[in-house]
Amino acid sequence: MAVLELSGISKSYRTHLSLRRYWILRDLSLAIQPGEIFGFIGTNGAGKTTTIKLALGLLFPDTGSVRLFGEDARRVELRRRIGFLPENPYLYDYLTGGEFLDFHARLFGYSAPERRRRVADLLERVGLKNRGDRQLRLYSKGMLQRIGLAQALINDPELVILDEPMSGLDPIGRREVRDIILDLKARGRTVFFSTHILSDTEMICDRVGILVRGSLKAVGRIDDLVTRDVRFWEVALGGVRDAALPCGLVVSRRDDQVLVRVESQGDLRRLIQSLNGHGTTLISVSPGRQSLEDLFLREVRSADGTAGVKAAAAAGKD
Amino acid sequence: MPARIAAIALNTFREAIRNRVLYLLLVFAVAMISCAQVLSLMTVGSEEKIIKDFGLASIDIFGVLTSVFIGIGLVSREIERRTVYTLLAKPLHRFEFILGKYAGLVLTLFVNTSVMTLWFFLILALKGMFDLRLAIAVLLLFFQFLLITALAVLFSCLSTPILSGVLTLALYVVGHLLWSFDLLQAKLTSVTGRVACRALYYLLPNLGNFDVKGDVVHGLPVGAGTVGFAALYLAFYGAAVLLLACAVFQGRELQ
Repeated sequence: MAVLELSGISKSYRTHLSLRRYWILRDLSLAIQPGEIFGFIGTNGAGKTTTIKLALGLLFPDTGSVRLFGEDARRVELRRRIGFLPENPYLYDYLTGGEFLDFHARLFGYSAPERRRRVADLLERVGLKNRGDRQLRLYSKGMLQRIGLAQALINDPELVILDEPMSGLDPIGRREVRDIILDLKARGRTVFFSTHILSDTEMICDRVGILVRGSLKAVGRIDDLVTRDVRFWEVALGGVRDAALPCGLVVSRRDDQVLVRVESQGDLRRLIQSLNGHGTTLISVSPGRQSLEDLFLREVRSADGTAGVKAAAAAGKD
Repeated sequence: MPARIAAIALNTFREAIRNRVLYLLLVFAVAMISCAQVLSLMTVGSEEKIIKDFGLASIDIFGVLTSVFIGIGLVSREIERRTVYTLLAKPLHRFEFILGKYAGLVLTLFVNTSVMTLWFFLILALKGMFDLRLAIAVLLLFFQFLLITALAVLFSCLSTPILSGVLTLALYVVGHLLWSFDLLQAKLTSVTGRVACRALYYLLPNLGNFDVKGDVVHGLPVGAGTVGFAALYLAFYGAAVLLLACAVFQGRELQ
């Protein structure tokens, strides 16, 4: 049984003055399996946050249905089993970290000793053990993200939904969030998170879904989606003078060192053989494989045209 | 369910008491109540009336301002700052959220009104002018604050804080002038006009039901019937407004 199942979801909106309907999601179907880390990737405005809001009942779909743990997601009691962190939340800055977590724990009806235990445990788990009595207005962005994650975990949820959890974080902050997600998986929890940071997705996700302009273009294990065959080789050479290379495209050049890209095994052999007797040295040969970014760019390009590609390239740099 | 409402109420109360605007309003109110003594020196023979009148008016104005300024952002600010998303992703019904927010502001108003009233009574006691009937006037003012807060919460579910503030203050003014609708409809010849006037008279909040300031200041008796009717009016009208607020919020998409 899927932990979260979206079937045939469509969502549109109208502006106040226009009768024109704008589609945010079109016929989206997706099932998240127990125990997996699922990365939901897409450019800004692709519909990721809308999908999450529909899953949580914050928005209502035009068509289709949402099921949590096999039941109608509109049942409020099902939310005992999930945790959620929105994108860039404000998080009541007049509360201390401890008060903030205690407030969220109260919503689950835990007793005072139970709340104290959970708050202390989570503060330690997210690395804020000694900052629990400090007001959130004094927290850094990374600390806010960690306390936000802690509130999402206060009920030890079976499914954790995170909207852009790494957005705006420095490399250390991203690493910390990544570690928490991996720790959740190790504890047997399911994590569904949206992102446009592809390197993180590739590193930790069991499966991904690529959303482009409201349509799910690809979904599955990364290894199944991207071709792992070698598509080209990058050859680093030293001591290269003016002598012309027999084949390949020079990608970069610094002093007498060049990086050459060759497309076939035959070209690679010819290039290496041509080095004999010219004082040129072989530094390295690296096989090039398709990455998640290549796949993502391809999907965006096919659906979105040039403008989309530019946006995706910008996203890939994050 | 009550535990979740209490959790939201406690957080709303915490937010209010850590808000400097509340203290600013409270300081102004206390200053205004104290100023009544200075004003009374400028009048001859009606010092007691001026102090009581000015004190009750100060409690009225600053209580209403607190209801409006905190009430109008109660729901809309939570949506704007996206804090409501984390709350509604918990096992919390939308109506519990609205009732919790309302209860939190009621608690804030209770503390606020108590501080103003205690200061007012202290001044009167020092001057030997204390009259227990003033407590009835303050109680009815508190009832009025509860109704205005319910209206502010309803508008906060529907609109932006600025528009909510304008609408709530407009209803406060109209609510105190509702007696003029009654007079007007008696003078109208058109049946449609009279029906419209009557409908407005009953639909709009009649805040005159909570206003016994004049009677108390002039030493007139305030009967149990007046207090009982005001309490019933608050219970029914306030419940209807809150029910409407819950229904509006239940169907609202949180963009």
